[in-house]
Amino acid sequence: MTYALQTKNLSKVFGGVHAVDHLSISIPKGKITGIIGPNGSGKTTLTNVLTGFHSIDSGALVVGGEKEYERIHSYDVRNLGMTRTFQNVRVFEQMSVLDNILVVLTERGLFASLFDSHTTFHKNTAQEVLTRVGLWEKRNENAVNLSYGQRKLLEIARALAVNADVVFFDEPYAGLFPEMVKLVSGIMQELRETGKTVVLIEHDMALIRELCDHVIVLEAGKLLAEGKPEEVLADSKVIEAYLGA
Amino acid sequence: MEYIFHLAILFSLFAIFAIALDLVAGYTGLISVCHAAFYGIGAYTTALLVQSVGLNFFFALLIGMLLTGIVALILGLVFSKFKGDYYVLGTLGFTYIAYTVFINWQSVTNGPLGVPGIPRPEIFGLSFSNSWSFLILSAIFVGVVYALARFVVSSSFGRVLRAIREDEEAIAIFGYRTSAFKLLIFIISAMSAALGGGLLASYLTYIDPGTFGITESIFVLSIVILGGLGSLRGPVVGALILVLLPEALRFVGFSPDIAAQMRVLIYGLLLVIMMRYRPQGLLGEYKL
Repeated sequence: MTYALQTKNLSKVFGGVHAVDHLSISIPKGKITGIIGPNGSGKTTLTNVLTGFHSIDSGALVVGGEKEYERIHSYDVRNLGMTRTFQNVRVFEQMSVLDNILVVLTERGLFASLFDSHTTFHKNTAQEVLTRVGLWEKRNENAVNLSYGQRKLLEIARALAVNADVVFFDEPYAGLFPEMVKLVSGIMQELRETGKTVVLIEHDMALIRELCDHVIVLEAGKLLAEGKPEEVLADSKVIEAYLGA
Repeated sequence: MEYIFHLAILFSLFAIFAIALDLVAGYTGLISVCHAAFYGIGAYTTALLVQSVGLNFFFALLIGMLLTGIVALILGLVFSKFKGDYYVLGTLGFTYIAYTVFINWQSVTNGPLGVPGIPRPEIFGLSFSNSWSFLILSAIFVGVVYALARFVVSSSFGRVLRAIREDEEAIAIFGYRTSAFKLLIFIISAMSAALGGGLLASYLTYIDPGTFGITESIFVLSIVILGGLGSLRGPVVGALILVLLPEALRFVGFSPDIAAQMRVLIYGLLLVIMMRYRPQGLLGEYKL
């Protein structure tokens, strides 16, 4: 099996508390991997470390089974083929829906960006992803005027727009209506079908069972269990520590 | 008519200054209170090079802008690490440093006595010594700064600035080195302010440190907030209102002395009212 991401003894410490504690996990390429665990188990901290929001205190991240990184800046994340959504939605609120997408598509170079606006290709890509989440009609509205669920969808569209190899979804279903849940699940399945790797942080076990090929369970920043959903969710350690049944 | 020209020139100079500040405060969300210092560096450099060295005004103005750009580069390397309140306090600190230099480096700036007798611009035998010709010159520069700002904010670069304003961490994961974007717009903004400062020095023919203190920075920030952050028309409208307002006070019966005091009071009051009832300003698109 090939892996999109692996961590080797990865740790993140906040004021003496190991939020991620010598964690070694592997995220299979082209699959949907669910990361579950009780509140405070380190799921979001792990995502933040892997996407450069927090520095790595010790250990390393291996990308694509080849390159090993002991330090990642958030601006490196795109070049490493990753993108993400956030637990608490973070769209660019006082910008239009369309600009929320165009801004991640166009030139990254400082001076090149001065002489660039956007091309038909960029606009078509924006139209494609916004149509996919049902927001194309609202493209000229400021994101702040969207409902919470729509802002979550806009954030997902923004992640889709960059065509990353690995997409982290941090609790994407929170606050969504049932039809939106179905839409987001469909998007993740499509990503898998096109060979992309999806990392899903989620509390809803039904969705984890339905979508995931691989599940990682964290507790107090450590790996509690990993494997196929049906095996992991039947594991007595997982039931005792997390599912409580 | 002279009086109208005078007001129009002041409006033009403050419009330049306000557009420059809006690039940083309105489009990038970095509330700078040190732009009067850049205005001052541009003014002093231009004035001293024209008066003491005998350089042509336009060449001196260019050098003033470049020198200000270098200062902004050094400052920006420090400030680009700051956010929110820390950014405001950092820029406040620089305003006082610059003011202290203007007032104490007497061998160069002539200290509190200021620099008198600054000549008006001349080029190819064409003099801008009277008010109407200076108005044309300042209007041309307003147009140039406005067009430059429009070019910047309409580009992908401008879109990234707005994203930085909204959520710097979130835009960074899409591959942008945000500190570099913040640094470049800070330099562009500082150089534009310096252009306004150089023109001001030449127009007034006299400058002293008092013109470039924190009060001036707050005044221009008031112009931008009143007109509207994150809009290029906003600072122009704000400059028009706040330059004309004190003049209007003279016509409602206040003596010139009281009118000057009232000016500061009204600026403060306007800021409070705008923050309460229309935080995005008259034409702005961005709420603080």
